[in-house]
This record gives sequence, structure tokens and C-alpha cells, in this order.
Amino acid sequence: MRDLLQATVAIVIVCGLLFVAAGQMQSKGSTGSKDTLTVFNWGEFIDTDLIKKFEQETGINVIYETFDSNEAMLTKVQQGGSAYDIAVPSEYTVESMREDNLLIPLDHTLIPNLKNINDDFLNLPFDPNNEFSIPYFWGTVGIVYNPNLIEDHLTFETWDDLWDESLKRKVFLVDGSREVIGMGLNTIGESLNVKDDKVLRQATDKLMTLSPNVKAIIGDEITPLMINNEAAVALTWAGQAADMMAENEELNYAVPEEGSNLFFDNMVIPKTSKNIEGAHKFINFMLDQENAAQNADYVGYSTPNEAAWDIMDPEVIADERFYPSHELREKLEVYENLGLTWLGKYNEYFLEFKMNLN
Amino acid sequence: MTSVLKLMGMKSMNSKAAKTPLIPYLFWILLFVIAPIALILYYSLLDLNGNFTLANYAKFFTPIYLKMTFSSFWYAFLITLFTLIFAYPTAYLLTKTKHKKLWLMLIIIPSWINLLLKTYAFIGIFGLYGPINALIEVFGFNPKQILFTDFSFVFVAVYIFIPFMIIPIFNSLDKMNPSLVFAARDLGASAWTTFRRVVFPLTIDGVKAGIQVTFIPALSLFMITRLIAGNQVITLGTAIEQQFLVSQNWGMGSTIAVFLIVFMALTMLVTKQNSKGGRA
Repeated sequence: MRDLLQATVAIVIVCGLLFVAAGQMQSKGSTGSKDTLTVFNWGEFIDTDLIKKFEQETGINVIYETFDSNEAMLTKVQQGGSAYDIAVPSEYTVESMREDNLLIPLDHTLIPNLKNINDDFLNLPFDPNNEFSIPYFWGTVGIVYNPNLIEDHLTFETWDDLWDESLKRKVFLVDGSREVIGMGLNTIGESLNVKDDKVLRQATDKLMTLSPNVKAIIGDEITPLMINNEAAVALTWAGQAADMMAENEELNYAVPEEGSNLFFDNMVIPKTSKNIEGAHKFINFMLDQENAAQNADYVGYSTPNEAAWDIMDPEVIADERFYPSHELREKLEVYENLGLTWLGKYNEYFLEFKMNLN
Repeated sequence: MTSVLKLMGMKSMNSKAAKTPLIPYLFWILLFVIAPIALILYYSLLDLNGNFTLANYAKFFTPIYLKMTFSSFWYAFLITLFTLIFAYPTAYLLTKTKHKKLWLMLIIIPSWINLLLKTYAFIGIFGLYGPINALIEVFGFNPKQILFTDFSFVFVAVYIFIPFMIIPIFNSLDKMNPSLVFAARDLGASAWTTFRRVVFPLTIDGVKAGIQVTFIPALSLFMITRLIAGNQVITLGTAIEQQFLVSQNWGMGSTIAVFLIVFMALTMLVTKQNSKGGRA
């Protein structure tokens, strides 16, 4: 009986302590919030020196966390366990977060550096008048390849080059349903936002014929593996390609002419924010000419910050592979929010494609 | 599912006499075992809009998921088989060594290293320019594609599970009275017969425990299917991860989890410890 009593008391004490600790954390989040700012960003998506600089300039302590997919980020924001002050969703996620009232409207008077952004990147359909979001980086989905490891006639001006027989087991694909199914849709000349089972079936069937050439479907590991020439060709995002090309000069990047995806990653203030003023300061800080240039230089993705272009390496800005002209961009398509039902279907088709790889 | 509940019911009935001291544990089990399983069952009956439906279960019986279930079982079987083939002789030899505790320790220590770290190491080892292919080239062959194949997947999984299989087998071998072996040999049994009719039946409980700790987690492996097999191998674990994190379809994810629980319960039943010992 004594043991029982002790055990019960112990559990009650532990529960009590946890409760107190949870309360402490909650209150810390709300009262101490003036000096802390929680930033939730993609992995490898900021020059960490800039965080230090921001802390020094403003005296705000930054807590930096990373995610690896829009969906994972969204789940965490929805659950509301952590007080994220800044998040960086892609355009179609901005759209769905807006619809679900997960975002706080931005006060443009607190973001004077907004003037630095090129007009092409403002007032886009997913967020009219930039009421909730500010573009952070943008880029394309395309193919990074090593010309020394493949036959000369393959330049990936067309998606069909991926199907070439000489590429047996030489292609990496990024582990994302919209990117891979999207590639299938591009090859049959359909929209990346199609909501039609028949068309998706057709795109998946087309993709299945690519199976013999697929070496692996992986995530961020593509970067080190391509740098080490582990595979000759990879479907990936422009920014990741830029990272690889910085390390391995043999690599090249191409966006097939049939069209591809154009994406924007955007800074937003989620509903979970406890330091809205600090969040505005952070956004304005990142839009500063010098900071944006330094960040773009480090991250490797394309920046929408026109002022930054003026002080960046002119060769980088002139590179049509990473800064395609306005005309080229017209051919690219931006993802729309598909809604859960159709997103689920894209994933089912993607799963089916994966199942038939081997 | 019902069989599990029945098992639990039986257990609590058996221990009725000493019931009161169990109250804290019952709370614990209620909170961390029963409640999560109940939640999974509940979610498995919801569609994307939160309405009750059996559609998720119907979907599980479509060819994609059946094929996935079959391949999960097939790979879990292969992994368990090879783990057993390597672990049993190792455990047997261990009991014959002088400093057996030390050797056992040396086998266990690598399992303290983070799984992800070991997995990344294998990416380097199996790569086209890794040490294995360097060795292959020394013998004049062309580099082979080892990474991102089902071979590398099974190899790495076996490597991960071996210590967990060795420990229970080692324990049961170590407990066995060696004079039984001498007696069997004295009475004319060959070495093979002695092993088959005496040693193996006496250690079957260790083998069963080892199979449980290998087969069950192997059914739901997901991280190394991507890192080592490059999604060339898809298991039910991969599908659960995708349903929860990417599709945000908690209903379907939970449904797959329900089936995994059922499969695991069946595995537990099949490998139930035989209290009488001896031949199964």
C-alpha cells in the first residue's frame, strides 16, 4: 500500500511540475515576446550572419527553426503549439493559409523597404496587393545535369530528353508530388493545376515509362549526391541547382521549353505571432538592399529585390537560367492551391508511380 | 484488434488478486496505449472533411495499397530472415568466448549511435565513388549501382537490427545448461541432431523475441526507404508519413496505421512465448 501511495504521489507531482512548466512556457511566449522573434523558414534558406546582424540592430532575440515542406510547416502552424512570428510558405500555401485565416494582415507603413521589390513580383494573384505576404525568393523547377556524364545531344530543352535510353538509372527526382506529377503534366502539355482524373491518369502513365531511368526519388540529399557526380541528371529547384553548381562547376541547369513551374516563397506573419511589431521589423530588415543582396548571394535562389540586383554580381543577374526574362517567365506556371481533395489525389498518383519504380 | 483487447482483458483478470498496486500503471496504459489506439481508430473513420466514412478502409483494399502491404511483408520477412541467419551463429559463438560480456558490449555499442547518422554513413560507403566500389574496381570490374537498390535497403536494415536479435538469442543460449548438449552427444546424437533437437528448441523463445523486435519495426521502416532505397522500396511506413505530412489526410494515414497494428498483433500471436518450452 505504501508503494502504491508513493507511486501515485510521484505521478501527481510529475504532472503538477509539467503543468507549471507548460504554464511558464506559455507566459514566456506572451510577456517576454517583446525581445524574442521566432522565425520558421526552409532549411538552408537564410544567411545566418544576417540573423546576428538583426539581433544586434534591434536587440530582438531570434529563435530560428526550419521545415522541409509547406505541408509540414502548415501542420505546425495550425496546431499552434509554437508562437511563430515569421513563416516562409510558397505561393499556393499562402493562398490556403489566407483562406483558413491563419495570417495577420501586413502594415505596409512599417515596411518602407517594400519599394525595393520589382513590380513583376508584387500584387500577384495568390495575394492581391500583398495584403498578407512579401516575396522572399523565387525560382523555377528544372533539370540540373552534368554534360560530361551524358551524351552530347541531351540539352534538356525538352522534357523528352529525360526519357532518352542512354539515361538508364541516371536520373534523380525530387520527392515532391506536385513537382514530379507536374513534370508528367508538362510533357503532355497540360496545366500544372489540372483537376481532372483522366488527365492525371494520362500524366501518371506517361511518368511510368520513365521508371527505368529513375535512379532514386529523394529530398535535400540530391545536393551532395549531385555534387559528387553520383547521378548525371536531377529534377530539382533552381536554387538547389545553384547550390550544386557553386560546388561542382561541371553542372548545368536548364528549364525545358514546354514550360515548368515558377514559384515564390514569401514572408508572412502567421496567426500564432506574439510579436507582430518585431515581425514587421524583420521583414523590413530582410528587404534592405544590402541585406537582400547578401542573403541572395548566400542562399543561391533568385531574389525579387530589384535594388539588390544593382549591387550584386552582374553576371548572376544576367544569367537567364536563374533570372529568366519577363517573356520566358510568361511560359511558366505558378501552382495554385489545389485543396486537400485534389492534393490527396496528386499524392495518390505519385505513390502509384513510386510503387511501380522497381 | 479484438484479439489484442482480449489479451489485455485476460491479463488484467489474471492479476486480479494484486490489482490495487496496478492502478498507476493502468492510468499510464489508459493514457499512452489505449487512448492513442482509440484516437487512431476514430481518425481512420473520418474523411478529409471530418465526416464518418468507411471509404478509407475500402481504399486500403485497392491494388496500390495491397501491393504495398505485400512488399512491406516481403521485405520485413527478408530482413528478419537475414538478421536471424547472422545473429544466431554470432550469439552462439559469443557464448563460447572467454570474455563474452565484453564481446556482447562491443556488438551493442554501435546501436547507441544515432540511426540517421549511420544511414548517412552508408550513403557514402555504397556510393559510386565509395569504398565498396573502389574495391570492386581494384579487381577490374566496373563500379556497380549499390545505393538505391533493394539490396542496399535490406543490407542496412539487417545491420541496424542485428544487435536486437543477438541479445535475446544470446541470453537464452547462455541460460541453457551445457550438460544437456554433452548428454545428447553421449547418447549418440550427431552435432546437427543435437542442435536441431536440443539446442534450438531450448532457445526458441529467444529467437521468437528476436523476431518480434525485428519483424515488427521492419514492417514500418520509412526513413531508410528514402535515404538508402531512394523510394525504390515503398513500405506502409512511407505511406503513413506521406498521408500525415504531405496529403494531410489523417483518416487514410490512421487507416494504414490500424492495419499495421493488426499485423503487429498477429505477429505477436504467432511468436507468442511458449511457457512450457520445448519443441513448438
